[in-house]
Amino acid sequence: MSEPTETPATRLLAWLTDGDLRLLSVLTVSLFVLVWVLSFFSGIREPGRILSQIQGVAFIAVLYVMLALSLNLQWGYTGLLNLGVAGFMAIGVYTMALLSMPTSAAVPGLGLPLWIGIPGGVLVASLFGALVALPAIRLQADYLAIVTLAFSEIVRLVIRSQEAASFTIAGTRLGTGGTDSLALPTSPVKVLLYEDPSQPAAIAAASPTPLGDILFTAGEQIGASPAVMESLVYTVFLLVIAVAFFWLVSRIANSPFGRVLKAIREDELVASSLGKDTRLFKIKVFALGSGMMGLVSILWFLERGSVTPATFVPDLTFFVFVALILGGSGSNMGGVIGSLVFVVLLLESPRFIRRIIRESFDPPAPPETIFDALSGVDPLLGYFTSQESISALRFILLGIILVYLMQQRPDGLLGHRTEVASNVDLADRQQTEEES
Amino acid sequence: MTAQQSRTADADSETDAILSVQDLRKSFGGITAVDGVSFEIEPGSITGLIGPNGAGKSTTFNLISGAYTPDSGTIVFDGTDITGYRPDRVATRGLVRSFQIARELPEMSVLENVMLAPQHQLGETLYRSVLPGFRSGVETQERELRERAWETLEFFEIDHLATENAGNLSGGQRKLLEMARVLMTDPEMILLDEPLAGVNPTLEQKLIERLHELKADGYTFLFVEHDMDIVMNNCDPIIVMHQGQKLAEGAPETIKEDDRVLEAYLGGEVEQ
Amino acid sequence: MSTRTEQDLSQLLRQFLLPATLVVVAGLLVVDLFRRLVTGAVGTATLATFLWDGVVFGMAIGLAGIGLAMTYSILKFANFAHGDYITFGAFAGWMVTFVVAGLGDFSLDLLVLVSGELSVADIGINVLATPLAIVLGLVVAAAATAALALVVDRIVFKPMRDADGISLLIASVGVALALRHVLLLVFQGSSRTLTTDVASVSVSVGDGAVAFGAHEVTLVVLAAVLMIGTHALLQYTKLGTAMRAMADNEDLARVTGIPTERVVRTAWLLGGALTGAAGFLIALESGTMNTSFGWELLLVIFSAVILGGIGSVYGAIAGGLIIGVASRLSLIWLPSELILAGAFGVMIVALLVKPQGLLGGVKTV
Repeated sequence: MSEPTETPATRLLAWLTDGDLRLLSVLTVSLFVLVWVLSFFSGIREPGRILSQIQGVAFIAVLYVMLALSLNLQWGYTGLLNLGVAGFMAIGVYTMALLSMPTSAAVPGLGLPLWIGIPGGVLVASLFGALVALPAIRLQADYLAIVTLAFSEIVRLVIRSQEAASFTIAGTRLGTGGTDSLALPTSPVKVLLYEDPSQPAAIAAASPTPLGDILFTAGEQIGASPAVMESLVYTVFLLVIAVAFFWLVSRIANSPFGRVLKAIREDELVASSLGKDTRLFKIKVFALGSGMMGLVSILWFLERGSVTPATFVPDLTFFVFVALILGGSGSNMGGVIGSLVFVVLLLESPRFIRRIIRESFDPPAPPETIFDALSGVDPLLGYFTSQESISALRFILLGIILVYLMQQRPDGLLGHRTEVASNVDLADRQQTEEES
Repeated sequence: MTAQQSRTADADSETDAILSVQDLRKSFGGITAVDGVSFEIEPGSITGLIGPNGAGKSTTFNLISGAYTPDSGTIVFDGTDITGYRPDRVATRGLVRSFQIARELPEMSVLENVMLAPQHQLGETLYRSVLPGFRSGVETQERELRERAWETLEFFEIDHLATENAGNLSGGQRKLLEMARVLMTDPEMILLDEPLAGVNPTLEQKLIERLHELKADGYTFLFVEHDMDIVMNNCDPIIVMHQGQKLAEGAPETIKEDDRVLEAYLGGEVEQ
Repeated sequence: MSTRTEQDLSQLLRQFLLPATLVVVAGLLVVDLFRRLVTGAVGTATLATFLWDGVVFGMAIGLAGIGLAMTYSILKFANFAHGDYITFGAFAGWMVTFVVAGLGDFSLDLLVLVSGELSVADIGINVLATPLAIVLGLVVAAAATAALALVVDRIVFKPMRDADGISLLIASVGVALALRHVLLLVFQGSSRTLTTDVASVSVSVGDGAVAFGAHEVTLVVLAAVLMIGTHALLQYTKLGTAMRAMADNEDLARVTGIPTERVVRTAWLLGGALTGAAGFLIALESGTMNTSFGWELLLVIFSAVILGGIGSVYGAIAGGLIIGVASRLSLIWLPSELILAGAFGVMIVALLVKPQGLLGGVKTV
């Protein structure tokens, strides 16, 4: 890269032609163009509203990228079948809430600042990860799957129980809010943008911080509300953390530590016969991955402002698995690409397609039963474009894709990918000889 | 002097044994696979462990390497009682095994397979492999390991396959890879479980040559093998097992003359 | 020698401390139970009711677990679609029961969809009033689920016979998602009432009485009959012997490669039929169902099967009874919301103490 004629343009070109990154950028651009087209045809045409849609999809996409990277550490690299993703996520966000909700709230917490609450949630999720990994040391993979799924259900059932909804420890009243949605502390992005962040968005927007003022004025130009601009900032903030996740997981993968993880996945007895204490590696990787899942969930619901236990059903875990397997587990770039494809095409596009069908064909209200629906094209369309039916169809498609992937493309859509487990270029021996 | 006493006396006199197995027993669901086996192995030797099918060779092997826990008996390696150690602890002590059916790590390259093996790698600690300040030390070590790995692959003449996925190797190449990997752990003693099974004659010769070179370098081998000829020509001493017990032990010439050994082998053949 | 000490410690923990703690905890619970009985905090009739409910639930779970254990022992993978096979069986069976009981008086469409719109009081289904409809429903539930299991095997699992257990497990998650939502799409999500109240026999116990409802008794009796039938089939027929041989000798199966297709088909057929029957009976006993009740039972069934030593049919039955009785008895100490969490916790602890399951080692399909 020491060409004298180097300009930003040539650098960009070189960057784009570097295999993986080019694929990622081209794919990302096409997927979001698709979101734009879908929004346009479903009647969302003002720039501000389209921006809001794209922001919404990007937000979810970045979250799934982070979840897939965390799961890749456990399942992709080490072969640990963790079906408790939702449970670790729930532990993360609920611990944060218990630590950081103000003592005066309807469902109070300890009132500690977020810089304690967030690491606290991550730490507790990791600790539970290590705890759940203990059986993993001795169990076959399918037992581990059942144990982790059961663990995640225990977490959900406990959080939603009356006993946990509100309890008192050492004279301090705390709670999870039970089955109700639990309000969460004010997000740090709000603090950045509003002078009075704890107020409802509409009131808070009236008195922005200087930074908020700049962004909101910019938003006004394209008709984006302060709420959209706020979410946009949040999404960018998430993106930065997602890059950090990628960096972390890649660095682990390309190291002797990652080499042992891969060896455990391939053949644990070989790894231990070569003197690796595979138990320790499994515990560490389970704790780290689970902590990362906890963090993702904290960041997710801080933006939303509230959380309910119903979010953490096993389906959430399966979503993350589909995202990872789609791109190819065991590869970070695969996990990222799989998550983008999963979120845009499978998770989000059905609701646009539903809107487009309803906009263009104006089908009648959904008939009562499937037999009534079969009486004609319009009722059929009405039945299958109801909110419930679209959701069910989406799950059916997911199930079919999962089976298809396991049967035909176990390495994911991108096919087999290798990421070398060393932090030096193994093939590059020349270099060593020159150095020595 | 009873047999018991004489054995104890022998054990005392031969304190220079690198591996000492005493009265090892293991049974599976009522079937006794190893029934009171004792032997000692001299450093720098290639000791053959032979016996007909079902003699308990593999079980003994797995007990020594830590894959199974013995019901009773002791295993002392290099002055340390390693009875019941997990496989990784046995390996870190310097007693490393190969597998009867080569167990390569298929989705990892040949180089990755080999570079996995060295003990106490800095980069196997999570924070060292991630944090920038520590990572430079890991990289230095990785370069050293890479050089050793290439040398080892050259020694076994599979360096041209270095970046190939191990799963794409032929059966013989896998055996070589397995040997290379074991060697990379820098062991004091190597347990070989039928390293020549399914290997073509040319490769077999190559492997045996390497074995003798390594022996000359001071490595110790325990060589479990089915094929009498290979053992007779390359091992000294030889331990013969039959029906879970030690039948005979001694130099190849002595074993060749031993009627019980012949009988055990013929009996085994007739059964088959 | 620190390694040695560490290993001894973990051994001690696993083989002595953990079981000992469990025994102490169980002992304390028994003592506490007696205290409560003596002080009258828990009446004997309440206790007897809990026990009976536990047996009913346990028989249901045990019956539902047989199919899971069977396919696990033959195909060596945990079938996550099993819960949705239960739901499928229940819907197939109740569709027939509704049609038989209500044909002529009600819209066929609604009957076929086991619609919640129908007035249950008017159709008046229960085991005493409409026994034929119930029996036909049971038979169809078994047959339809067996057929479903075979079809899914043909499409999904058969092309994957060489794949490892984990790939099969993940594929079965796909089947579970698809199947549950197909049912949801067709039948819709609302919970429906199936039966009208039915007579029960009251037996007085100590300070009160225990009611044995006709549907509960039906479930227990039929489940027992099906279990005994399965036992006879496995023990005294050639196919049963083949199945046991295959389940017994994992190594031989691995060496000879793939289990013969016929045995695999029989396992799905038999396991599917029992699963469908279980689904039908569970719905009969509870009197309600929706499209996700089987999925919600899946983990409880896994707990039972694991407790009994995964892959063992008798273990599944025993595990079902243990989980059933323990979960109902735990109502004495635990709020009802946390019973399931408790049952899963017991399973995890059981796996830690005895990974082979309580009846582990005894491999009997």
